[in-house]
Amino acid sequence: MSANPLLKVTNLTLRLANGGSLIEGVGFSINAGEIVGIVGESGSGKTLTARAIFSLTPPSIQRTEGSILFEGKEVTQLTPSGLRNLRGARIGMVFQEPMSSLDPSMAIGEQLDEGLALHTRLKTAQRRMRMVEMLTRVSIQDPVSALGAYPHHFSGGMRQRIMLASAMLLHPALLIADEPTTALDAIVQKDVLELMVDLTRQYKTAVLLISHDLPMVARYTDRTIVMHRGRIVEQNTTPELIRVPVEAYTRKLLASMPHRGPVRATSKAPLIEVRNLRVDYPGRGSLFRVRAPKQALKNVDLTINRGEVVALVGGSGSGKTTLGRTIIGLIDPDEGRVLFEGLPTARGSDGWKRYRTECQMVFQDPASSLDPRMTVGALVEEALLSMQNITRATRRERVRETLQEVGLTDALADRYPHELSGGQRQRVAIARAVIRRPALIVADEPVSALDVTVRAQILELFSSLQAQYEFSCLFISHDLGVVEQIADRVVVMRDGEIVEAGERNQIFDKPAHAYTRQLLDAVPRLPNGLAGVTRADLRAVS
Amino acid sequence: MKTIKLNAAIGASVTGLVVLAALVALVWTPYDPLSIGFTDRLAAPSWVHWLGTDEFGRDVLSRLMAAASTSLRISILTVMTAVLLGTIVGVAAGYVRGWTDRILMACNNALLAFPGILLALGLLSIAGANERGIVVALGLAYAPSVARIVRGSVMSLREMDYVAASRIMGNSEFFIIRRHILPNCVAPLIVLATSMFGWAILAESALSFLGLGVPPPAPTWGNMLAASRPFIAHAFWLALFPGLCISLTLLSINLLGDALRDHLDPRMRGA
Amino acid sequence: MIRLLSQRLLAALPTLLLSAIAVFAMIRLIPGDPAALMLGDQADPASLADLRHLLGLDLSLPTQFMRWAERALHGNLGVSIRTGEPVLPLVIDRFWVSARIILIAVTVAAAIAIPAGMVAAWRQNGKLDISLVSMATVLLSIPSFWLGLMLLYVFGLKLGMLPVVGYVSFSENARAALLYIVLPLATLVLHEIGILIRMARSSTLDVLRMDYITHARAKGLSEATILRRHAFRNAFGPTWTLIGLMLGNLLGGIAVVETVFTIPGLGRLLVDSILGRDYPVIQGCLLVIAFVYVLINLVVDLLYPLFDPRVAEQ
Repeated sequence: MSANPLLKVTNLTLRLANGGSLIEGVGFSINAGEIVGIVGESGSGKTLTARAIFSLTPPSIQRTEGSILFEGKEVTQLTPSGLRNLRGARIGMVFQEPMSSLDPSMAIGEQLDEGLALHTRLKTAQRRMRMVEMLTRVSIQDPVSALGAYPHHFSGGMRQRIMLASAMLLHPALLIADEPTTALDAIVQKDVLELMVDLTRQYKTAVLLISHDLPMVARYTDRTIVMHRGRIVEQNTTPELIRVPVEAYTRKLLASMPHRGPVRATSKAPLIEVRNLRVDYPGRGSLFRVRAPKQALKNVDLTINRGEVVALVGGSGSGKTTLGRTIIGLIDPDEGRVLFEGLPTARGSDGWKRYRTECQMVFQDPASSLDPRMTVGALVEEALLSMQNITRATRRERVRETLQEVGLTDALADRYPHELSGGQRQRVAIARAVIRRPALIVADEPVSALDVTVRAQILELFSSLQAQYEFSCLFISHDLGVVEQIADRVVVMRDGEIVEAGERNQIFDKPAHAYTRQLLDAVPRLPNGLAGVTRADLRAVS
Repeated sequence: MKTIKLNAAIGASVTGLVVLAALVALVWTPYDPLSIGFTDRLAAPSWVHWLGTDEFGRDVLSRLMAAASTSLRISILTVMTAVLLGTIVGVAAGYVRGWTDRILMACNNALLAFPGILLALGLLSIAGANERGIVVALGLAYAPSVARIVRGSVMSLREMDYVAASRIMGNSEFFIIRRHILPNCVAPLIVLATSMFGWAILAESALSFLGLGVPPPAPTWGNMLAASRPFIAHAFWLALFPGLCISLTLLSINLLGDALRDHLDPRMRGA
Repeated sequence: MIRLLSQRLLAALPTLLLSAIAVFAMIRLIPGDPAALMLGDQADPASLADLRHLLGLDLSLPTQFMRWAERALHGNLGVSIRTGEPVLPLVIDRFWVSARIILIAVTVAAAIAIPAGMVAAWRQNGKLDISLVSMATVLLSIPSFWLGLMLLYVFGLKLGMLPVVGYVSFSENARAALLYIVLPLATLVLHEIGILIRMARSSTLDVLRMDYITHARAKGLSEATILRRHAFRNAFGPTWTLIGLMLGNLLGGIAVVETVFTIPGLGRLLVDSILGRDYPVIQGCLLVIAFVYVLINLVVDLLYPLFDPRVAEQ
């Protein structure tokens, strides 16, 4: 610890108008050139803390207590113009959503120029040169024409690079990166993060990296701070924190990290067979032009055996969601077929009706997969409505049983989705899927929208249900950690094709295809078998 | 939050007052709105006639109350017509898509190509300038706006995962429309219906003012205003009160609509 | 840009065609026999039959439509039943009178209301905001014909400051024209301000919630600069569309203001012709208004990319 840290936060407390505190007693420091990470789940207060550093908190925050010393100046006492001098010039920020962080109505060059024109005395030509240099540095091709382009011309990864360029143009002393890569694909994530570390090292900029992704923070930071419910739970150098976590919550966090699941003996009897599947993107052709249709799925073959969990991985645009939706029957293939127990499942064919009852789906976002106007009980009961010869009482009884199976109490049956937490909502979605004991469940990113600790619980629930009812599962995910824990077999997709498929251990330990290797490389993972952390820690503090 | 409650309170109470007056007028008014009294013409407001009398000696207050009934009745019928027609078209176009959608929307857009009151005027020349004609003309004129909003709602609801989930569970398309689509359309419809109610009252007054609405001697606020023009220099109150009634009614409906919209909109403005 | 223009023009054609059909159909649906109306109830059957043949009423409907459309495209919209003047020049004349008033009114209203709405959104829930919103709500609840009548009473009759009836065109006497036009303009402006303030405020509120606004703050920009550079361009789009709709609505709705102030405009012409069952004139008015409205929306659409560049590329 040097004598004069760049940033020193002491006893910071932020309160709402009614006195309730959002963050309390937060204290930490950052030295020049250091990379510090703040890890926490939703509601931990990590973003608020970061924004408080240069007073960018929302207007509902009425009272601030404690002190924030940046470069020797007390931020909480600064005048508005003092703050404005600080922002952008000494402290820069990169936001999470590349889609919405750049003004869509303004060209990139204008936006980059704003900070430069405001904080430096450079002439127009000089500013332009700096911008072009920086854009080249962040690997934007053809930087000169990029200056005149609009944000929607760029992909998510490129926009994030532009944001980095924008923040680093002024060589700030501190860069705050708030979930900078959460919205990006795994491979792009790695590129952007490496770029960020590189750039900040070059300009000796300290970094405050905020994320819910502990392995990622562990890979890139010197020190880590763990926050939970508005307070700092623990802080330490990163290697120490990972190796010897002290607090119960930290241990719980680490225990929730996905780890490799056991190898199971699975049957070789095929349940689902996909042959020569081709699905085209819905055409946007006008009356006057015929466009060659782009293919979402090109000639895909796949087999799912009874009782096994097959994971489908790939980046966005890989076709994994399309494949999942085609298998379950939401999308009709343009060519090829899907067979269930040997019978075709196409609409109107013999196997269609039977297939409908034997195949269910769990969606990613419970906010859009649960009708907000229906109660929990009604939502789960809806799955039984198309069953013949079943009375209302029997239906209700079954709903109650299933709710208990997924860990929800009876009392919740009369609540509405918005009254439940994210984890509870996903349990409802799972209950709805398993209540008819289907032979196949397609799960499309079922845990991606959940907090890490909740994720671990839901995965456990899923595994135990799967072991109990022996349904086959097509598990679609971009998160390799989750896949490693739950899958028996792994199928890797890219651009609508399957590039590699095999046993889980084999794919993870000895990947054959270059793309698979690239994917595995891009994902930061914590070492297996962390000292002293056990499954019991999962159920500790909540 | 406070503003919403205030809006709702004022809006609801004034609207309630108007509705009350209208309902009461159906059975009783201080004087007969149609009875002509040659002795008491153009009398200023007094204890005998609280709001004065018009050029035929008819009591202004009674006429205003009767006018309230007429206006409210016409507006309610208009909104019901527009909502019914518009919802059917909107659901059909938004859910079925394809050629049904294209044809329906082409017709809808052709109707929308006429600015609001113009379409009503055109339809009025066919339907005739009377109460039934106004309901038909205005109802048809507003239906395309309803259709457009409902169609938009339905199109985005269609893509919801819970619709897909219901399909996977084996439920029929009709079931999905009834159980999932329609109930979730209700919120924006209510807000629109409240606005339309205000438009209808305004439109009916305007049409009556122009001489194209409910013909005299039956009173509506609009034709009372029109009739007041020659006497405005000497009997100012004849022009004041009917206009005040329209304004207050519209204001309260707008406030109510605002409160409703804020209440139903999950992104609370300024919370 | 050219492609966008031609695309939109092409898309507008079917709408124009359907609107023309709608106008034609509306007139044909009016109960009553046009021939009898023109000749009177007492005319003998032979004259009626002759007139019907002359008017082409004995031909099939599609043929009638073709004839009418063909004539219309050549600028011949028939003659007024009441006055005998040719319809198209009459309608165009009146159109200019109304259009001038409408354009000035909307421009003035927008120039006042849009900045006011943006400032109200900026100082959300403050005293300024609440008073602006309340004022706007009151203004848009007052029917324009009553507002006009009240203004007329106060400024025309009681205070005697402005003339009460009549209209003088600018070409005759500019100073007098100004006096005659002030009250109707004020009526319209006040009403439109109510609507525009609320729309400008709500779309600015939406924009101020966006991430790129926080990003701009993080760069150190002042609130005023942010409003000016980032908020305005992004918030203006929906208001711009609303202005287009308002212009169209006023084309017909101005009839009430024209009635109050006795202005010989298009709205008044339409109403008079409906009351007088002057079908060719009704037809002419509806057709011209629909046509102009489609044109207005076209212009609004074409200028939209200035505020939202994403639209241009679709």
